[in-house]
Amino acid sequence: MGKRIGIEVSLAAAEAVKMADVDCIAAYPITPQTHIVEHLAELVNDGVLDAEFIPVESEHSALSVCAGSSAAGARVFTCTSSQGLALMNEIVHIVSAMRLPIVMILANRSLSAPLSIWNDHTDVMSIRDCGWVQVFVNNGQEAFDHVMFAFRVAESPQVSLPVMIHMDGFILTHVIEPITYWEEEQVRSYLPDRVPLFALHPDRPVSMGAFGMPSIFAETKAAQDEALIHSKAEILAAWAAMEQTVGRSYAPVEGYRHEDAETLFITQGSFGETVSLAVDRLRAQGAAVGLVMDRLWRPFPFEEFRRAVGAARRLIVIDRAVSFGGQGGPLAIELRSVLYASEARPRMANFICGLAGRDVAVDDFEAMYRRAQAKFQQQDPDAEDFEYYGVRGK
Amino acid sequence: MEAKNVYAYKLVSRQEYFTSGHRACQGCAEALAVRLVGKALGRDTIVACATGCMEIVSSPLPFTNWKVPWIHVAFENAAAVASGVESALKVLMRKGRIPTRDIHVLAMAGDGGTSDIGLQALSGALERGHNFVYVCYDNEAYMNTGIQRSSATPFGAATTTSPAGKVVPGQVTWKKNMPAIAAAHNIPYVATACPSYPLDLMQKVRKAVRIKGPAYVHILSVCPTGWRLRPELAIKAGRLAVETGVFPLYEVEHGRYRMTVDAEPLRPVGDYLKIQGRFRHLTATLTAEIQERVNADYARLQRKIRRGEGA
Repeated sequence: MGKRIGIEVSLAAAEAVKMADVDCIAAYPITPQTHIVEHLAELVNDGVLDAEFIPVESEHSALSVCAGSSAAGARVFTCTSSQGLALMNEIVHIVSAMRLPIVMILANRSLSAPLSIWNDHTDVMSIRDCGWVQVFVNNGQEAFDHVMFAFRVAESPQVSLPVMIHMDGFILTHVIEPITYWEEEQVRSYLPDRVPLFALHPDRPVSMGAFGMPSIFAETKAAQDEALIHSKAEILAAWAAMEQTVGRSYAPVEGYRHEDAETLFITQGSFGETVSLAVDRLRAQGAAVGLVMDRLWRPFPFEEFRRAVGAARRLIVIDRAVSFGGQGGPLAIELRSVLYASEARPRMANFICGLAGRDVAVDDFEAMYRRAQAKFQQQDPDAEDFEYYGVRGK
Repeated sequence: MEAKNVYAYKLVSRQEYFTSGHRACQGCAEALAVRLVGKALGRDTIVACATGCMEIVSSPLPFTNWKVPWIHVAFENAAAVASGVESALKVLMRKGRIPTRDIHVLAMAGDGGTSDIGLQALSGALERGHNFVYVCYDNEAYMNTGIQRSSATPFGAATTTSPAGKVVPGQVTWKKNMPAIAAAHNIPYVATACPSYPLDLMQKVRKAVRIKGPAYVHILSVCPTGWRLRPELAIKAGRLAVETGVFPLYEVEHGRYRMTVDAEPLRPVGDYLKIQGRFRHLTATLTAEIQERVNADYARLQRKIRRGEGA
């Protein structure tokens, strides 16, 4: 087993990128992503990491540089947050369609306005349909492990897609946690050198990024969707291999005391750990409650999610983003759609909370549980509509 | 001078890297310029191309006109994509993942993709000092989207967004001096060129790629469609742009300016303007105003050249 040390999660993530022997890093500073790139710059300038660090003039160029580097066959990393993601949005969609393996950590932060540097998932949801493989991590160890996972999945010839790791800003990026590093041999066996299917090189000229007339455009998009859907097999294989390599197991949907639960909390990201404490407390009070955490966001794990929900008839979905003018938070909207076909359609209470890093504590989730039960008692289906939790004036 | 040698043309490579069959308009001097740049750079070249005429005429899926590796990502980021390619080649060669050898990296974009939407990415790449050549194919408007004005559109030109109206006579701003902006980054090589002077153009591109570090070549690319010009006049129009001093051919090597094509004594700008429909509406007063501006710009360039000679 690798060494276990207390380290800030951002630095650990950067160390994982170094251990993955990345070739090119292009990034532009934005809070709360900064510690990751600062540490990578340090590793390169100290000669510890043999890579090109390209300090670009914008996030748009950060991902554009990554596109060029990945197309030329390099192992490529970038990270950003919020406004940075919004600025690179155009290229986010292009690199997945071009099937370019790139790994990005998104240190999740609110989208302006008002300007905020703190954590929520409004940035994630703005690019939900961008065609990348997307995973959430709940803690520092998961962040470290998923850097290796992301490179392996992205560069797998069966996938060849960019992968985004969603890591809550500040709540994860700026905390110190005990993290077990991987051994060098473990990294080498888990993550072989990248062997690109195609690379820009004069000995084997290819044209990448052609334009598509209407007569062929739809076919390319259908093929892209198929590639993302089929990436799941490689994703599952990568997690299985990780269990073999370092003994930690991950799944598209993970549960906590959920098997016999009547009511389930559904979360994404670091809320999962807080909710698990609330579940323990509520269980101690006799409530049949559990937790289901969505780890794989795209491709969405329909089967696993339906299985995890099982016989539970009441769902409390926690969203850290708003679908303005829509039916609650994006996660709730997605899950309603997933469960529409199930015969015993569970009832759903949706809470939007924790925007811009506002603290949501164990007590709050207990309060949400009670509030949700009260809603479930009512016959009025409108009572199941979403609500903002802990917001003044609501 | 090599460019004046009648035999020099016979030495130009017959190899095509930008092949025939592309969908550019009749008389497109930009397509000619792209072809010449390809010949100058040779097979060991990777091209990062911005969205624009040259991208759409050459890459309708599943076809391609490119015999060299080529990538298009978006409109404003050719310089950034080229930065990524150059960085990847460097590190992959250093780590022994691909054999070490000279591979040229070329970024190409139009005037909109360079002096407007792509200016930031270009400035970043020049400042970072990547070893690449950036070529701006300047046809003086957004031709691909239907002849809208850009910051490279000359004063007085009618475009679809600077029409010659009853009150406003077309474009009312002066052409952005993009080569000067590139030169202000203190990069080792900047040049202007025009496919009407093919040997001068190819010499400059070869020099740009030989010099280590970023190089910028600004190529005036006559667009018969957008300039309202008969296709057979495209080469002549390029010559007139140079002979009137509207578009002087010069280079800036390590800060030293040098005229590469001697066009003096300059012809009156009217000779250049009158063959183009986009200037048809110009009054004698406006033509005089343009002549005055061309004279002043040309004099300023000559002062820079004299300073270089004195140094």
